[in-house]
Amino acid sequence: MKKDLLFAGFGGQGILFAGKLIVYKGLIEGKEVSWLPSYGPEMRGGTANCSVILSDEPIGSPIVAEPDILVAMNLPSLDKYESAVKPGGTIFTDSDLVERNVSRTDVKVFCVPATTLARGMGAPTLANMIITGKLIRETGAVSFDGMEKALQRVVSARHKDLFETNLKALKIGYEL
Amino acid sequence: MTVFEKPKSLTDVPLHYCPGCTHGIVHRLVAEAIDALGIEGRTIGVAPVGCAVMAYDYFTCDMAEAAHGRAPAVATGLKRANPDNIVFTYQGDGDLASIGMAETVHAAARNENITVIFINNAIYGMTGGQMAPTSLPGQVTQTSPYGRDVKTAGFPIKVCELLSSLDGPQYIERVAVNSVKNVLAAKKAIEKAFRNQTEGKGFSLVEVLSSCPTNWGTTPQEALDRIASDMIPYYPLGVYKDISAKEGEKE
Amino acid sequence: MSEKVLMKGNEAIAEAAIRAGCRHYFGYPITPQTELAAYMAKRMPKIGGVFLQAESEIAAINMVYGVSSAGKRVMTSSSSPGISLKQEGISYMAGADLPGLIVNVQRGGPGLGGIQPSQSDYFQATKGGGHGDYHLIVLTPASVQEMADLTSLAFDLSDKYRVPAMLLADGTLGQMMEPVMLPEPQTEFPEKPWALTGTKMQRKHNIVNSLYLSPEELERTNIERFERYEKIKANEARYESFMTEDAEICVVAFGIAARISKNAVIAARKEGIKAGLIRPITVWPFPEKPIAELSHRVKGFISVELSMGQMTEDIQLAQHCLRPTMLCSRAGGIIPSPDEVLGAIRKMQGGNQS
Repeated sequence: MKKDLLFAGFGGQGILFAGKLIVYKGLIEGKEVSWLPSYGPEMRGGTANCSVILSDEPIGSPIVAEPDILVAMNLPSLDKYESAVKPGGTIFTDSDLVERNVSRTDVKVFCVPATTLARGMGAPTLANMIITGKLIRETGAVSFDGMEKALQRVVSARHKDLFETNLKALKIGYEL
Repeated sequence: MTVFEKPKSLTDVPLHYCPGCTHGIVHRLVAEAIDALGIEGRTIGVAPVGCAVMAYDYFTCDMAEAAHGRAPAVATGLKRANPDNIVFTYQGDGDLASIGMAETVHAAARNENITVIFINNAIYGMTGGQMAPTSLPGQVTQTSPYGRDVKTAGFPIKVCELLSSLDGPQYIERVAVNSVKNVLAAKKAIEKAFRNQTEGKGFSLVEVLSSCPTNWGTTPQEALDRIASDMIPYYPLGVYKDISAKEGEKE
Repeated sequence: MSEKVLMKGNEAIAEAAIRAGCRHYFGYPITPQTELAAYMAKRMPKIGGVFLQAESEIAAINMVYGVSSAGKRVMTSSSSPGISLKQEGISYMAGADLPGLIVNVQRGGPGLGGIQPSQSDYFQATKGGGHGDYHLIVLTPASVQEMADLTSLAFDLSDKYRVPAMLLADGTLGQMMEPVMLPEPQTEFPEKPWALTGTKMQRKHNIVNSLYLSPEELERTNIERFERYEKIKANEARYESFMTEDAEICVVAFGIAARISKNAVIAARKEGIKAGLIRPITVWPFPEKPIAELSHRVKGFISVELSMGQMTEDIQLAQHCLRPTMLCSRAGGIIPSPDEVLGAIRKMQGGNQS
């Protein structure tokens, strides 16, 4: 089994972080994994995306051109990648920031008010974790069991205090 | 009684320098400093590109030959690899102040604990007498046949003055080898530049005003006279920076 | 045994270099290899090593020359435009028979080019790069694991043959994260009696030099060096062979292009096309033998590259143009898709190749 995921949004929305979390979880589950970020001259505010592949077989190309799962955290990302999603695939959007419906009818769509929910828990920057929680729930790309372990490895040592809030946001998303 | 003999740190290979060239004097002063400090066995020299390119044959210590202008970078590598070694570069004006200016300035700014011997004879010797970054205004060379015109060829670079504006370097002095008195002062300066390194003080550079009778088109004696009449007025001798002296240490 | 960790390719190179005994790193900032320098800046001071941000690429490679002269393992890294600047120093290292590792995380060119991945420095890497007759040992990783493994190998081969080594990667491999099993720290290193460590008054002085004013002497050093190159060609050419046993079409690709090509080969097989892949792991020496052997039974070769076609020439030479070599490439920082490669395979399968 092979799953191609594409996370896309603005720089600063934690796009790369969300991808890393899934990849770490996949690694812990014994899957073959790869994570490939887009990189450009801009550091903040520009568009960011990352290709994530989870597979039972060794991974060839690490580039995800036709995702099974698309996470679009802003409108430009949905505009850019909606048509690339494989038929039967799944699209997640942050409905607070993406002010239109997904037009494709051959994919599953989940519009999550992730930013509102994140604000509600007092951590507006954790919309990425809420949407990731929802993604795990709906796609089973990785198992939610043992997420703490993966999260521990992604949260850098100097941000240890953020571990609990990240986990909480993941749970909110998962339980939606 | 004292017998005049060759410094131990010089090999028996005959020098290839032109008659009257002052490289021989400065090689000797460097070797004397190495002998005096008893550091031959742990010294590594870096030869430049230019007339002194084959300096690696003349010194008995380990030697590296560097690309044009890169001696301070090579010396940085050697010193960082084995900080107990004493590392010196021996560079001419084209090598140090033209193509290698960035390496020179940055090694000084980092206060690399190395010793730089800078031969300034205001001309490219080995390639046959082209204008150097230190050629004087009006100086006739192969590539400034009507005399260096500062309007088109710019002004000479005063290396000691320039480097002494940096916070990094430890010791910067300009000397000359045109008279016995000046040679003795040069000997003292060069030895100090090496001693600084043995004491871990940092970047020490001695600029030596030198002659090039062949490319200046003069006799050796006229060339020495010209150091006094033309070079020294433009490039005043003296200590430009000496941090340890400032801190009250005795010379 | 250590466990698998997730690392970026650039970081895997840095950690593997440290484990290979490299304690001296010199570099100058350039995208897309900055993580490598950042990793070194963080780690080196903690393990008694040296990280120095040089004033230029030129200074950095000459600092490498200095440390290598002193007999220690040393490296620098950069991306295409910076590697061009280092060429002078690399030529001097080759001429002075100094080992050392140069990492090129390639980006598109020429000139300032772009910052997206590329393989367009192939000629520069494999044919010498700077002035004079020389080669580098050039290793081409295709995964983060190989970024680590080939870094260790590069140091060993470089020391063994006294030839500078280059790790020829690209922006994708540098930036991507994959699980990697890091090599155990190396503890034994070859003797280097030629190194400049000070005579200690116990031997004649050593000289590290590339100047020989006597043409006879200079020719002799060149001939001796090429005898070493012959040994390297005979012993160190490395490649991976994938589904070539019964292949009728042979794709040749290295690095990121090889990973794309693997997908395409698998897809072609599903369509019943007998495609296979030779993946050079060294591009100098180039794995001529498997290509020459395959040329007697395949229809043709497809060179998949992130350039306007450079390795193509080595494929043609390896089999003396016995079979056609088709180019399937993208340039400027664009990576060909598996579909594009599959298209080329189909074309060769169906078309009249003469």
